[in-house]
Amino acid sequence: MYEGPVQDLIDELGRLPGIGPKSAQRIAFHLLSTEAADIGRLQDALQKVKEGVVFCEICGNVSEQAKCRICTDPRRDISLICVVEEPKDVLAIERTREFRGRYHVLGGALDPLSGVGPEQLRIRQLLTRIGTTEDGIEVKEVIIATDPNTEGEATATYLVRMLRDFPGLSVTRLASGLPMGGDLEFADELTLGRALSGRRSV
Amino acid sequence: MYVRHLQVTDFRSWAQADLAFEPGPSVLVGANGQGKTNLVEAIGYVATLSSHRVATDAPLIRQGAQRAVVRTAVVNEGRELLVELEITAGKANRARINRAQMPRPREVLGIIRTVLFAPEDLALVRGDPGERRRFMDDALVTRMPRMAGVRADYEKVLRQRGALLKSAGGRRGSSSADLSTLEVWDGHLAKHGAALLGARLDLVADLGPRLTAAYAGVAPESRPATIKYKSSLGDALPPEFGVPDGKRADLELLEVLLLQRLSEMRQQELDRGVCLVGPHRDELELVLGDHPAKGYASHGESWSFALALRLASCEVLRADGIEPVLILDDVFAELDRRRRTCLAEMAVGAEQVFVTAAVEEDVPRELTGAKYRVAGGEITRAE
Repeated sequence: MYEGPVQDLIDELGRLPGIGPKSAQRIAFHLLSTEAADIGRLQDALQKVKEGVVFCEICGNVSEQAKCRICTDPRRDISLICVVEEPKDVLAIERTREFRGRYHVLGGALDPLSGVGPEQLRIRQLLTRIGTTEDGIEVKEVIIATDPNTEGEATATYLVRMLRDFPGLSVTRLASGLPMGGDLEFADELTLGRALSGRRSV
Repeated sequence: MYVRHLQVTDFRSWAQADLAFEPGPSVLVGANGQGKTNLVEAIGYVATLSSHRVATDAPLIRQGAQRAVVRTAVVNEGRELLVELEITAGKANRARINRAQMPRPREVLGIIRTVLFAPEDLALVRGDPGERRRFMDDALVTRMPRMAGVRADYEKVLRQRGALLKSAGGRRGSSSADLSTLEVWDGHLAKHGAALLGARLDLVADLGPRLTAAYAGVAPESRPATIKYKSSLGDALPPEFGVPDGKRADLELLEVLLLQRLSEMRQQELDRGVCLVGPHRDELELVLGDHPAKGYASHGESWSFALALRLASCEVLRADGIEPVLILDDVFAELDRRRRTCLAEMAVGAEQVFVTAAVEEDVPRELTGAKYRVAGGEITRAE
């Protein structure tokens, strides 16, 4: 145990995801030896993250303004919505540079154990979004890109049920299968099984 | 398959142990409390990722140590694989195969397959239904390692759905949102449940006749032994599933049946706030003559039944073309001569057998092979 402020800092850092007691200690001592100006910048950044960041009123992604950069981009296809769990998933899909539509961030997945039901997710907003037209263009396709785990799959099933009632809307789910550059031999049975059942003719 | 090498670090009582084995019988002899069982437990752990003695991993780690490591070299049809497991209490274990880190410890399942006989087996007959479900599911994973994933998925859905039932049932007059998400979880429960249920039914169909034969061999003067799968589906379960000479289970049909049953039980589930339908409520009935074995079987009969269950699961694996490594942990002391002979005859045919015994004379003569003396934290090969 260190004394006073240093131990407080270590404790606070240790609460962050992915940081164990040893890393927390290393970061704390690094900060202790850093110049005051650098610390000031970090302080500012921390302050702003709570005060300055808002969630986009259309898609729910983290944003600086009321509407995020993607939602205000005129080159984006309004008729296409990709539904993801977290803002970091938006970033992952953006990296592919394949997707030219817009996003909808749910803010999690159905997880009754943690008390997360449909009301805690931005599902109602998604339904309103699909129901209304923007500049005369209506949503034609919703791509469900929730995580391929128990909670993500349940969320996907729930969304499919809710979206069934929209006539003319096509609902798709991300394909699951083998990683590129991988070896068939090392694929686990579940992934390989999924890849088999989801195979396509070429 | 056989285990060519076993090395443990900070596992149970062993700070360090290093042993080379050969195919055929290996007998570990030593007084009580010397750590014989700990060594075979380590082999069993690599095969099933669970211990036959405890439900959690914490007791496996030597007192004062942070983590236990088990390294085994396994030879399967001439090809050797090195499997390493690092067991850390309260954290995810790590696994390496041929020094390559695996994303999940589950990947090592199927490299070693074991059938383990131990004094704890008596609980198969006398214990709660949960013991028999675990017996079936462990046998399934040994048979098809893929089932470990199905089992994990099912348990996850079950926990989520249970939490939802509890919160929905607690609020009187549940909202329609609760009910619609419940239907989503129903769908997933039925899907994974059908996969688990179907695999269990097929297993029981294969086990049945082998169990009856094995029991008749072990205890010829006793009544005939049979097993029957009792499902939470009740009478809705087609009678041709899960019986010898019946049909292989149809997963799609089972999924539909589970969904039907779930909707029938909806109100009851909401009232009680627990999940009442699915393979987690099922039971493997052990029947002796006309009576259930639990409560009616004598001590000797219970032992014979447990032994016959293990023998039968070994036969099922062999019928699949898998030659499991047998582990006979302290069982001979509990058995009379006929049952010893029965077990020994079956074990002699195995590619590799591990036997632990406190008294050397308890081990049948058929199983003499490499002998190891375990005493005072040392293992010496005896000639």
